[in-house]
Amino acid sequence: MIKIEAIVRPERVNLVIAALEDAGCTGYHLFNITGAGQQRGVEVFTGRGAGTVVRTALPKTLISTVIPDDMKDSVIEAIVGAARSAGDGAIGDGKIFISKMDEVVRVRTGESGDIAL
Amino acid sequence: MDTGTTAWLLTSSALVLFMTPGLAFFYGGLVRGKNVVNTIMLSFMAMAVVGVAWIVWGYSLAFGGANEFIGNFDFIGFRDVDANAGPDAGYSSMIVAIFQMMFAIITPALITGAVAERFKFKTYLVFLLIWMTVVYAPIAHWVWGDGGWIGGIGASDFAGGTVVHINAAMAAVAAAILVGKRRGIPNGIEAHNVPYVVLGAGILWFGWFGFNAGSALAADGVAVNAFLVTNTAAAMGALTWVLLSYLTTGKASAVGAASGAVAGLVAITPAAGDVGAMGSLGVGLGAGILTWLVVKYRHKLMFDDALDVFAIHGIGGIWGALATAIFAVGGIGVIDGEFGLLWANFRAVAATIGYSFVMTFVILKVLDYVPGLGLRVEETEEDGGLDIAEHGERGYVGDGAD
Repeated sequence: MIKIEAIVRPERVNLVIAALEDAGCTGYHLFNITGAGQQRGVEVFTGRGAGTVVRTALPKTLISTVIPDDMKDSVIEAIVGAARSAGDGAIGDGKIFISKMDEVVRVRTGESGDIAL
Repeated sequence: MDTGTTAWLLTSSALVLFMTPGLAFFYGGLVRGKNVVNTIMLSFMAMAVVGVAWIVWGYSLAFGGANEFIGNFDFIGFRDVDANAGPDAGYSSMIVAIFQMMFAIITPALITGAVAERFKFKTYLVFLLIWMTVVYAPIAHWVWGDGGWIGGIGASDFAGGTVVHINAAMAAVAAAILVGKRRGIPNGIEAHNVPYVVLGAGILWFGWFGFNAGSALAADGVAVNAFLVTNTAAAMGALTWVLLSYLTTGKASAVGAASGAVAGLVAITPAAGDVGAMGSLGVGLGAGILTWLVVKYRHKLMFDDALDVFAIHGIGGIWGALATAIFAVGGIGVIDGEFGLLWANFRAVAATIGYSFVMTFVILKVLDYVPGLGLRVEETEEDGGLDIAEHGERGYVGDGAD
């Protein structure tokens, strides 16, 4: 099993979720996060609109899911396809982190392994 | 007693009371989320504390007798405050006492913006009582009481520019100096809830119709004109801030629009009985530009006036008092070559600034030394937020459990 953690633009979340479901991914969860990568932050007022502007982290959404090893390529393809901006993509489209997942247990039945996903 | 006047003054009293919860949201949105409950409570408790104290002794101290400087004890406990008759044929004594109570409530609430995010709540409650008694009541008497000296020199303060706004602003400066700067915010803070700020400003704007048009103490042409110039100055103030925001940053700040509207409202307060529609455009424009400049360069001030009470209510109020004398119609204004009103208003402003600052400074200095009180919360409480430390409540519960 592998864990996929994809950071995407908030406005792309609905598209990414639809693509995940089409790829056969049965579950996921979402986190509202803030952070900064190559895109850096966003400028906001701290001076009541009288001109004091500071840079702060950007809002992003983290989509987390765990899938069987054999779905890895199709799921990554689905996320990249749905999250990439029109054309050749843009800085700020996000990143996908992939890691090994040791075990998973379904609470209702106590099953473990791929069948519990 | 005129029923039309009474109906309008009851309505106006309710409108002015509603400004205080409006102010609570205006201030509440400007602070950080960990202090929103505390900031809202500072305003809300002014309704509770002054709402009681005004009945017991506040009104009497402000409006009893015919002394030049302070009232007396004739109306303690609202004794002899008649609901059916008064010195004026149009309205009873009690309706004016009610209307005035709402002004006494919002004035100390305005001060709280300067000390937001660090002031000890228990001390604030004591401060409210003392400040209303020894600062607000005398100044209200000077301006509006029988025989009051500011009224006597011919100064024109229609709805309370000196009593409410300049008074609150100078108390705010004294309080900000004594309470000290907030910890760890070199770049200032971002308003945590911009919709609250705009909602609060909208409620203030709405309530201000009672504040200014109600101050005509009649449902007449003066009230109608006050209503119009109030709206015009607020609109011009908001427009000015947004244009300045656009010109300097390329973005139209909503918090700026809200601040500009309040600045325009502050400035028109003393002028609402004396200026016409075009004069109120000048009042709003001047208020917008001056308050914007002070907020923009606020970091050069030596004190941390957290929510810019000095800029908006102090500078806006002083501009309003002088603008009243500049734009007044009827042959008494500088536009007609008359400087008598300007000099009278200048003296009224100077006296209010001096008295409010010095007395507030003394009150807070004493409270700082009273065992069990003190001005400021502990550093750990300030870092964790005053909502939990002072109230055991949070504005936003996000534990994931219900």
